Amino acid sequence: MLIDTKTAARVAKLARIRVDAADLPALAQEFTNILGFIEQLNEVNVEGIEPMTSVTPQRLFRREDVVNDGNQQVAVLSNAPDAREGFFAVPMVVE
Amino acid sequence: MSDLMKLTLSGARDALRAGQITAVELTEASLAAVVASKPLNAFVHDTSEIARAQAVAADIRIQAGGAPDMCGLPIGMKDLFCTKGVATQAASAILKGFIPEYESTVSKKLFDAGAVMVGKLNMDEFAMGSSNETSTYGNAVNPWKVDDRELAPGGSSGGSAAAVAAETCLAATGTDTGGSIRQPAAFTGITGIKPTYGRCSRWGIVAFASSLDQAGPITKDVRDSAIMLEAMCGFDPKDSTSMNMSVPNFEAALTGDVRGKTIGIPKEYRVDGMPDTLEHLWSEGTAMLRDAGAIVKDISLPHTKYALPAYYVIAPAEASSNLARYDGVRFGHRAKLAAGDGITEMYEKTRAEGFGAEVQRRVMVGTYVLSAGFYDAYYNRARRVRALIKKDFDDVFSAGVDAILTPSTPTAAFGLGEMVDADPVQMYLFDVFTVTVNLAGLPAISVPAGLDSKGLPLGLQLIGRPWEEGDLLNTAFALEKALEFNFKPNQWWL
Repeated sequence: MLIDTKTAARVAKLARIRVDAADLPALAQEFTNILGFIEQLNEVNVEGIEPMTSVTPQRLFRREDVVNDGNQQVAVLSNAPDAREGFFAVPMVVE
Repeated sequence: MSDLMKLTLSGARDALRAGQITAVELTEASLAAVVASKPLNAFVHDTSEIARAQAVAADIRIQAGGAPDMCGLPIGMKDLFCTKGVATQAASAILKGFIPEYESTVSKKLFDAGAVMVGKLNMDEFAMGSSNETSTYGNAVNPWKVDDRELAPGGSSGGSAAAVAAETCLAATGTDTGGSIRQPAAFTGITGIKPTYGRCSRWGIVAFASSLDQAGPITKDVRDSAIMLEAMCGFDPKDSTSMNMSVPNFEAALTGDVRGKTIGIPKEYRVDGMPDTLEHLWSEGTAMLRDAGAIVKDISLPHTKYALPAYYVIAPAEASSNLARYDGVRFGHRAKLAAGDGITEMYEKTRAEGFGAEVQRRVMVGTYVLSAGFYDAYYNRARRVRALIKKDFDDVFSAGVDAILTPSTPTAAFGLGEMVDADPVQMYLFDVFTVTVNLAGLPAISVPAGLDSKGLPLGLQLIGRPWEEGDLLNTAFALEKALEFNFKPNQWWL
């Protein structure tokens, strides 16, 4: 599939990665190459095959539904770029 | 360099038990070798203070008797493992300054067993790469050198492989999503095993592609892999995909007896452009296992050629989801914002500044294949093909095959920078023999087999049945004994 710069810009937006307009043609070309490689998968007959969700035929481990950790506010916030009054601080999101 | 660093894990363990050396001496020798290995750029975070304290504690424990095998043994830790109070960056600028408040299960198990951490190791950013060149720390360098070129140590566990091959530490942790333990081990002439998916807890390991990621050891020989793997494995309630089953004594499985075992040789792993020396070593390895009493059988894994394209849908898809957490809010880098910038600008600028080119590329490819209208055509199709790839293996195992012998990589190590201008797909092709195993969740080990025409190491890979790492290690042990690979790099960096 040929990826145009408009699609490349849309994907960058969805991925929340800023890409300069000048870099979009090169990015679109890379996507085109990678997706071209991936398109070999169309040769495979997958009729009646379920998509794999787990390599091991096991039910995922479930723990008891009880609180087993907590009261870690200081530890949780210790790596935040901006933490104030016990919260993560971000630019204003509601007017 | 001190002769102590020539020891294997098992040799050092035995010498410690016999009172011939101390963990403090061993650790000092390792720390000196780490400093001297600066030109290799394998170590990226200094943990010498921790190592010295761990060594003192280990000596006390060994003297008291009954210490675990790993006690007092200096190892390196891949930068992907969260280590409490020690910088952990996954070789990414976006995690600059991140100091985990918790310990990964695997590193905790190793520390509980008395292992000494002499430093954190270089890798490809978020484990995405096959040459260690995507690292924010700059590339690690392969200790092997045969001309004026510096060679890639492989990736993503390139620092781990370089550190062990250069004998700066006795072993190292690695992780393997598409070959990231086995390919660098092969490129540096050492041994590395990826266990069955679910053997090692993924808790506290920075996630790349959660359905494929597994931790494992990179060591000097098969016995060492058995010893260290056993210390890393085990059920962990904090990882819902970790398997609740007991961990056998892997070292005890090393009898070297492979009589009556069936070894499969898959015809699809013979690819165009494979060097003659590699083809020759593969045949030689096959003959050696036959001479040791194994039954050799030609097999077919018909969907092999679709493993790479399936992998390059599934891994980026999972990565795009896992890496959504790097948004500049809770940890790591946040971009400087301009007046009027809102939260979307914060996300977009932070991720553009923090992620390197390959990570950005994969996150965006993953975003694309998961996006509305393409999910079925790409992601679901790749997951269906994945089911067929696993079925290929299930079929040969149920036909009585115990292990599969293949080359580890299509070529020996390439020069640093040689792939810079190549299409990203060219770099992906180095994973052609290793990704199938991750897609099927199987255990596989790479052992050094010989040297190519230029004098660079080449590896052979053995793929085993799920949960039968002991049997796999034993077959690898028999192969290692027959191959007698005893080459080491010249220590040009000293």
